[in-house]
Amino acid sequence: MTPARKKRLSLIILMVVGVSVGVGFALKALNENIMFFFSPADIQAGKAPENKDFRVGGLVVEGTVARPGEGLTVEFDLTDNDSIVKVKYTGILPDLFREGQGIIANGRLNASGEFIASEVLAKHDENYMPPEVMDAMKKSGQKMPGMSKGI
Amino acid sequence: MSMSEFFNMGGYAVFVWTSYGLAFVVLLLNWFLPYQEHKQNLKKLNRQFKSGQSRQETRNNDSRT
Amino acid sequence: MFKWFVKWFHRFGSPPYFYRLAGLWLPWLTGLFTILLIGGLYGGLVLAPTDYQQGESYRIIFVHVPAAWMSMFIYMVMATCGIVVLVWRMKLAEVVLSCAAPIGASFTFLALITGSLWGKPMWGTYWVWDARLTSELILLFLYLGVIGLYGAIDDKRVAARAVAILAIVGMVNIPIIHYSVEWWNSLHQGATVTKFDKPSIAWSMLWPLLVMALAFKVYFVISLFQRVRAELLHRERNTRWVEELVKS
Repeated sequence: MTPARKKRLSLIILMVVGVSVGVGFALKALNENIMFFFSPADIQAGKAPENKDFRVGGLVVEGTVARPGEGLTVEFDLTDNDSIVKVKYTGILPDLFREGQGIIANGRLNASGEFIASEVLAKHDENYMPPEVMDAMKKSGQKMPGMSKGI
Repeated sequence: MSMSEFFNMGGYAVFVWTSYGLAFVVLLLNWFLPYQEHKQNLKKLNRQFKSGQSRQETRNNDSRT
Repeated sequence: MFKWFVKWFHRFGSPPYFYRLAGLWLPWLTGLFTILLIGGLYGGLVLAPTDYQQGESYRIIFVHVPAAWMSMFIYMVMATCGIVVLVWRMKLAEVVLSCAAPIGASFTFLALITGSLWGKPMWGTYWVWDARLTSELILLFLYLGVIGLYGAIDDKRVAARAVAILAIVGMVNIPIIHYSVEWWNSLHQGATVTKFDKPSIAWSMLWPLLVMALAFKVYFVISLFQRVRAELLHRERNTRWVEELVKS
């Protein structure tokens, strides 16, 4: 390489390193804002904002989904296998909503510590397989890779 | 699996087929537009050279660089 | 070996050589693409089984994931060309850089739209501002920025250098897109195929996905060659090789 080309290449590398470091610091500073949801443990620890909408993510505890009264109101417990938070929601649930499913609810806590959700989204895992394979895996007690990671 | 079952996509027909349709349109456009442009460029240049313009003249006449 | 590579690199970078070579390859590439596309579509829509969790809706994966991969791959091609443009001032790299941008933008657009059409029935929403979706949207804006900047500067050699800088700086977004689902809580799930672990997808679903991804790659080359040929004719219209080509 000619000296001129070497100089240009090192300038480019310098520029990329500089921008990367800058963006890295910016993302670190914004970390809280980029986090899409809090876990029930975060709420327990008082990390969740008060009097402001936020999102909570976790798994729907099996056997806790109840529909008190008529209409679209549904209640269920949400867990991160550490803490539990009770969620109340009135509205249409996504197709993937079921017991044991990872979900993300948007809303705020009421005075008695229940989470009043205005929106419920389903979070699915990164596994794709036919139902027979899933059944066989469940039967053999095999844990799926990456199942419910990040919840 | 019957034909209607296939097109129904388990009730998700709207989402699945819209996705595939859009993909088709995007791929088609990205193939056709450059193809068309290449053909037109060739035609245009052919006309210019046929009409006896010298290379120097085309250079002066064209504002695009 | 290295000397041979340098020689080949310079020859490949000469516009008439590239123009002819691309023209020779195009029909073969188109044939290959057609075979891959038919195979991938048949595998994905007919042979692949239903998903245990998402039913038939998951079949959007066969366009969504290859499109998303392409959106990042084309950006890396652009940034690589950017380095060649700035360091070696190679004309062909300038043309490839400017011609790749609209194709990359279309794939990014496609990834965003199909993802949104998949998100509605599964997640329950067309769009959320989570890290993965937001960084992919930023990628679309980077592409549009490259297209806009290149169009705004009249001197195309200067324009190429300007967009080269933009393309290289924008590269920092690529790892952010890929790792966004690991670094932050997001609605989008983690990586299925592109991780060091074994892919967590059944083989009967994985192979159509890989075939479609390969089809999209070949398609990108076809579209790029077509664009580059058109652009080379225009840029080199005052040269002897173009005159000879048109007259023959």
